Amino acid sequence: MMKPRIILDSKHLDITVTRLCYQLIEIHNDFSNTVIIGLQPRGIYLATRIHKKLQEILKKKDIKCGSLDTTFYRDDFRQKELVPNKTNIDFIIEGKNVIMVDDVLFTGRTIRAGLDAMLAFGRPNDVELLVLIDRRLSRHLPIQAKYVGKTIDSIASEKVKVEWKETDGADKVTLLSND
Amino acid sequence: MTTLSTKHLLGIKDLTADDIHLILKTAENFKEVINRPIKKVPSLRDITIANLFFENSTRTKLSFELAEKRLSADVVNFSSASSSVKKGETLIDTVNNILAMKVDMVVMRHPNPGAAVFLSKHIDAKIINAGDGAHEHPTQALLDAFSIKEKIGSVKGKKIAIVGDILHSRVALSNIFCLQKLGADVMVCGPTTLMPKYIHSLGVKVEHNLRKALEWCDVANMLRIQLERQDIKFFPSLREYTMLFGLNKELLDSLSKKIVVMHPGPINRGVEITSDVADSAQSIILDQVENGVAVRMAVLFLLAGRA
Repeated sequence: MMKPRIILDSKHLDITVTRLCYQLIEIHNDFSNTVIIGLQPRGIYLATRIHKKLQEILKKKDIKCGSLDTTFYRDDFRQKELVPNKTNIDFIIEGKNVIMVDDVLFTGRTIRAGLDAMLAFGRPNDVELLVLIDRRLSRHLPIQAKYVGKTIDSIASEKVKVEWKETDGADKVTLLSND
Repeated sequence: MTTLSTKHLLGIKDLTADDIHLILKTAENFKEVINRPIKKVPSLRDITIANLFFENSTRTKLSFELAEKRLSADVVNFSSASSSVKKGETLIDTVNNILAMKVDMVVMRHPNPGAAVFLSKHIDAKIINAGDGAHEHPTQALLDAFSIKEKIGSVKGKKIAIVGDILHSRVALSNIFCLQKLGADVMVCGPTTLMPKYIHSLGVKVEHNLRKALEWCDVANMLRIQLERQDIKFFPSLREYTMLFGLNKELLDSLSKKIVVMHPGPINRGVEITSDVADSAQSIILDQVENGVAVRMAVLFLLAGRA
């Protein structure tokens, strides 16, 4: 039986997203040479949220945000069933600063695949990683996020579930564990 | 549904409607991939594929090879014209020798119907049928369905006419199975001598008047007259065939609605279709070729992904 524990509720999630936006602005100023790429399938919701909030704060309408599917670059092909999603990057990433966005950083394998997948669209100047939840004890690869919403200590058998108002009815992050 | 119900792709007859939808949906992702600046993904980097062509082919062979290379698979090619088949080696011996070199998948075209099914029962590799005689050509039917969907939104409920040499065409049979499974209404049109005897039993409409067929349909798939498979004369002359069953601009423009024109290639310009029709805005012949690579990538990816 999975027992849920709430890590972030709707209010805290909003505060966290706002803080991440200001951290981004601190480094990337007006986003004139920076683009946002959300990883499919679950990172795109956070990317869209951050994109919307940045446009509000900066009063700009032209910040670039795309989605990237990593399915064809994964290393667990044939070990489990993979379902590809849409990739939509309608801008050039050559020479740009890229902020890669995902909801949970766990083993780091999705990010590894994401870095490979991104290179098919050009050579970025600089790539940074932003995640909402960092499960810091579960890494399989030497990958770290520069911007983190919340760091949690969890074991591999536990699951982190990030839900969004747009698709799941409410904003919240829960930790599910076998008791 | 995230995996195919079959281990091989031997014919459309073995696929479920869900399988076809899964292939077409996956092909959409690959169509995006092949339009990127870098068109290659590493999914099949640990897979070796043998392309065995016991019959001539340009499009299908190139299309499969491109699809395999864009998925990063290792590819070996074989064509019977330059091989030991000429020295009397059997099909199973040839293929087993190739498999001894550790090949994971086999793409095969063969002049004999059932060759792919036969092979799948005797060897341990995933088989993709790239055309077996006048039986089936599954990837062609899949790419045709993908192209129709892309052009007019869906296949379900649409009226599709297949015109020409139905008797000798593997494309016709695979298309009939595929389009019917996707919910389309299918008509075949051609001279009585080029119509299989029990074609009615497949649940298709049969028409012998080209104009009537074109007035009825949303999409016309014009097939080539397969002279190489015709050991006797099925009609008096090519000129007469063209007059009765050839699609020209005049006929196309005189129809009450704008229909979509398809052709699986190779085209015999001026026989089943005139140049101005083949190159017109209503023709999606080159889209079919582009989509062929995406659809074949989807088939390879989904079959290779099955444990």
